[in-house]
Amino acid sequence: MAEESNQTITDGLNSKIPGGPVGDKWTTYKRNVKLVNPANKRKIEVIVVGTGLAGASAAASLAELGYKVKAFCFQDSPRRAHSIAAQGGINSAKNYKNDGDSVFRLFYDTVKGGDFRAREANVHRLAEVSVNIIDQCVAQGVPFAREYGGLLDNRSFGGAQVSRTFYARGQTGQQLLLGAYQALERQIGLGNVEMFTRHEMAEVVTIDGKARGIIAKNLITGAFEKHFGHAVLLATGGYGNVFFLSTNAMGSNVTAAWKAHKKGAFFGNPCYTQIHPTCIPVSGDYQSKLTLMSESLRNDGRVWVPKTKEDAKAIREGKKRAEDIKEEDRDYYLERKYPSYGNLSPRDIASRAAKEACDDGRGIVASGFGVFLDFADAIKRLGVDVVKARYGELFPMYQNITNEDPLKTPMKIYPAVHYTMGGLWVDYELQTSVQGLYALGEANFSDHGANRLGASALMQGLADGYFVAPYTVGNYLAGEIFTKAIDLNHPAFVEAEKSASDRQKTLLGIKGKRSVDDFHKALGHIMWEYCGMARSAEGLTKARKLLQDLRKEFWSDVLVPGGLNEFNPELDKAGRVADFIELGELMVVDALNRNESCGGHFRVEYQDEGEAKRDDENYAYVAAWEFKGMDADPQLHKEPLQFDNVKLAVRSYK
Amino acid sequence: MKFKLKVWRQANQNAQGKLVDYDIDGINADMSFLEMVDVLNDKLIKKGEDPIAFDHDCREGICGMCSMYISGRAHGPQHAATTCQLYMRKFKDGDTIYVEPWRARAFPIVKDLAVDRGAFDRIIAAGGFVSVNTGQAQDANNLPVEKAFAEKAMDAAACIGCGACVAACKNASAMLFVSAKVSQMALLPQGQPERTRRALAMVAQMDAEGFGNCTNTGACEAECPKEISLTNIARLNREYINASVIAE
Ligand SMILES: Cc1cc2nc3c(=O)[nH]c(=O)nc-3n(C[C@H](O)[C@H](O)[C@H](O)COP(=O)(O)OP(=O)(O)OC[C@H]3O[C@@H](n4cnc5c(N)ncnc54)[C@H](O)[C@@H]3O)c2cc1C
Ligand code: SF4
Ligand code: FES
Repeated sequence: MAEESNQTITDGLNSKIPGGPVGDKWTTYKRNVKLVNPANKRKIEVIVVGTGLAGASAAASLAELGYKVKAFCFQDSPRRAHSIAAQGGINSAKNYKNDGDSVFRLFYDTVKGGDFRAREANVHRLAEVSVNIIDQCVAQGVPFAREYGGLLDNRSFGGAQVSRTFYARGQTGQQLLLGAYQALERQIGLGNVEMFTRHEMAEVVTIDGKARGIIAKNLITGAFEKHFGHAVLLATGGYGNVFFLSTNAMGSNVTAAWKAHKKGAFFGNPCYTQIHPTCIPVSGDYQSKLTLMSESLRNDGRVWVPKTKEDAKAIREGKKRAEDIKEEDRDYYLERKYPSYGNLSPRDIASRAAKEACDDGRGIVASGFGVFLDFADAIKRLGVDVVKARYGELFPMYQNITNEDPLKTPMKIYPAVHYTMGGLWVDYELQTSVQGLYALGEANFSDHGANRLGASALMQGLADGYFVAPYTVGNYLAGEIFTKAIDLNHPAFVEAEKSASDRQKTLLGIKGKRSVDDFHKALGHIMWEYCGMARSAEGLTKARKLLQDLRKEFWSDVLVPGGLNEFNPELDKAGRVADFIELGELMVVDALNRNESCGGHFRVEYQDEGEAKRDDENYAYVAAWEFKGMDADPQLHKEPLQFDNVKLAVRSYK
Repeated sequence: MKFKLKVWRQANQNAQGKLVDYDIDGINADMSFLEMVDVLNDKLIKKGEDPIAFDHDCREGICGMCSMYISGRAHGPQHAATTCQLYMRKFKDGDTIYVEPWRARAFPIVKDLAVDRGAFDRIIAAGGFVSVNTGQAQDANNLPVEKAFAEKAMDAAACIGCGACVAACKNASAMLFVSAKVSQMALLPQGQPERTRRALAMVAQMDAEGFGNCTNTGACEAECPKEISLTNIARLNREYINASVIAE
């Protein structure tokens, strides 16, 4: 076991952060980690739920080491995980540009970007392994953008002052995921991984306080299956779809994490949500999802609204066009408010500024909620061809969706829910508060504090999967080599299966009047209104009541068609929405508890003229919530955050 | 807008399927095709009928999950777009629209419009990778790649594995899909050590899955949402012949 500093054990939470200077912790940990010999590895089974960047990389790496791996995803192929949609890029402290980047700077930027609500030790490790990730991906044949000399190209991205972002056109997530997917398929072909596609995890099975397997539903046949594992890794992504409209894929859900929470895994900082500033605005109530326009567009695009409400109104009503507003009548509000970062200000800040402008009556789309992102200057400076080439896929995609050409008229954008910094609480080893149960990627809470910087989720997912979990899970498994596979007729498995299948029967039996989507939309509306970009004690208190009522209505009035033993996507969706409603309440409770503003969490009561006002004295902690029963209040555990290497400061981008 | 839909309904792989008529009204031109189906499904559910099952996830044209054969064309009438990126403004008010699943022996129907494309995964598992374990990589910039080749590799790597090429082909051939991956790797230095084995193994798996032969009709390229080029098939043919010679 790695050496630990014991001051990290507080309030029942042991974050297991190794002792020593922050730059040595991971090396120290690896030096002391317990190993499993190859013969024993073959006898050890590991379950990986989710095969996005985090899950696919973990499953492949563990299988390469010799463990027997079972991997699960709900799509028809691991290649379709939501990671595929990431556009902009992945950060790494390679310093290939020689512009002053370093592991420490990436670490520093990430802690600061997270508004000082992340764990230093984790973030430093992330920055350290970021360099290995690029090496690994290039070796797999990931076609990153290159310069004429054949070396890798970088760009600056998402509020960074150095160019440390690696990218593959506007499809970085796709190419990274395909790299991990191919590594995974290779292990499947070799017989080291058994892959279960179109399977959804419905329960975690715990025996004597340890995770010992899962119940998974075969989505094609509707049958529940029991699977044993010496350890269970959840890499099931984020829960942005609690807002109904988000940039997440339609199937993204919290179900696996939520089931784990109900089995004892604490949920960390559930209220930290990232609202991304550059998405295509909502156009109608039939809308099923929101489309992100990559943040990289802000490198060349300038964000503005008219200075006057009158001009904005004229644009909304179609009486004026963007081009009709004279230069001096435009408010480039990001450049005005944050002169040193301007249009590249971090996401939470750019989003809030857009909301402010629109709340001020200066929005420029019919609904009132939209601002311009203008490329006219860039086109003048660089020429149409350069701009077009730089944003390859993005302009046609925008034009296809909106029927407007961004080369001729400014894009219209508005913030949308994008990423969830909160997630299952994990210690330094990525282990949840349940032994043998791990959480990787967006599903955990670990590295981004209260706000995630652009291009760092891909980095974190792959760091967790390729370079962290293989060591830390091994450290646990070294103590499990004498554990024999547990009989699937063990009462814990039988009960978990029964509870999963009973729940489905209940859902089908309600036969109410409202569709699952009706409830999901109602939920999204409550969350966006009261737990979105601006939150208040009053609103959150009201929201909690609304959510409790919604939960009751759901369980008495939902209408789920079809039957049990068949391919029934509506039934699966019903289960996910039921979990989202419960999670929504926890998010509200967490937001209400946190009497400060930090990163993506903005409480209107705590601000300095619109800027978030942190309260480090009272809230420099991770809120880890323990489930106490459906109608009981969850219990708060605090993990204090200690900053030894980064000075707590007001996060200023002015 | 108003439409008459003729949708393929089939309870499961072994059931008999048929086209069923639906009338739908009140559709907005800015809706995506899938949002139109959402509206229809919501109505069906509230009437106590079985909603239409279809695959979809990202709704951004990148995951490759959506897969509808619309009025005789894979992913519908819009060039270079997936079903989820098809908007109703592409249709005329009052149109009759046929909606069917991908049809190919290697893609059995799961239900209605959803099919099983596991064959594609098995083809990748046979050889669509570079054999490098985690932690074995050298520094990324030790391996320069000529920009032109990197760009071409990226063009091929853009394939989303949707299967439209198979659905569009009268032989249900998977050549465009397979050639895209073989090309990507053949164009990059990382792909060289396994070049021979890869081409042979992937083609063998493709044949074993029951995909048809390529007769160069070009239908795949025409319907591919990511505009994967036929030159990849030419490259695969060369790779395969060379590999067969070397393997002898
Ligand atoms: C549009 C968009 C653009 C983005 N762009 C960037 C970017 O440029 N740079 C960046 O760093 N980040 C970006 N992000 C964020 C980043 O893509 C994600 O945070 C990251 O990919 C998440 O990876 P993951 O492996 O944790 O989860 P996911 O990729 O979401 O994978 C989740 C996996 O879990 C499975 N799963 C879920 N629930 C269950 C269940 N109950 N049972 C079984 N399986 C289940 C799914 O099938 C899937 O395989 C972007 C996000 C979006 C939405
Ligand atoms: S080649 Fe084109 S049509 Fe075929 S699977 Fe790839 S993206 Fe789809
Ligand atoms: S739903 Fe992902 S490509 Fe269409």
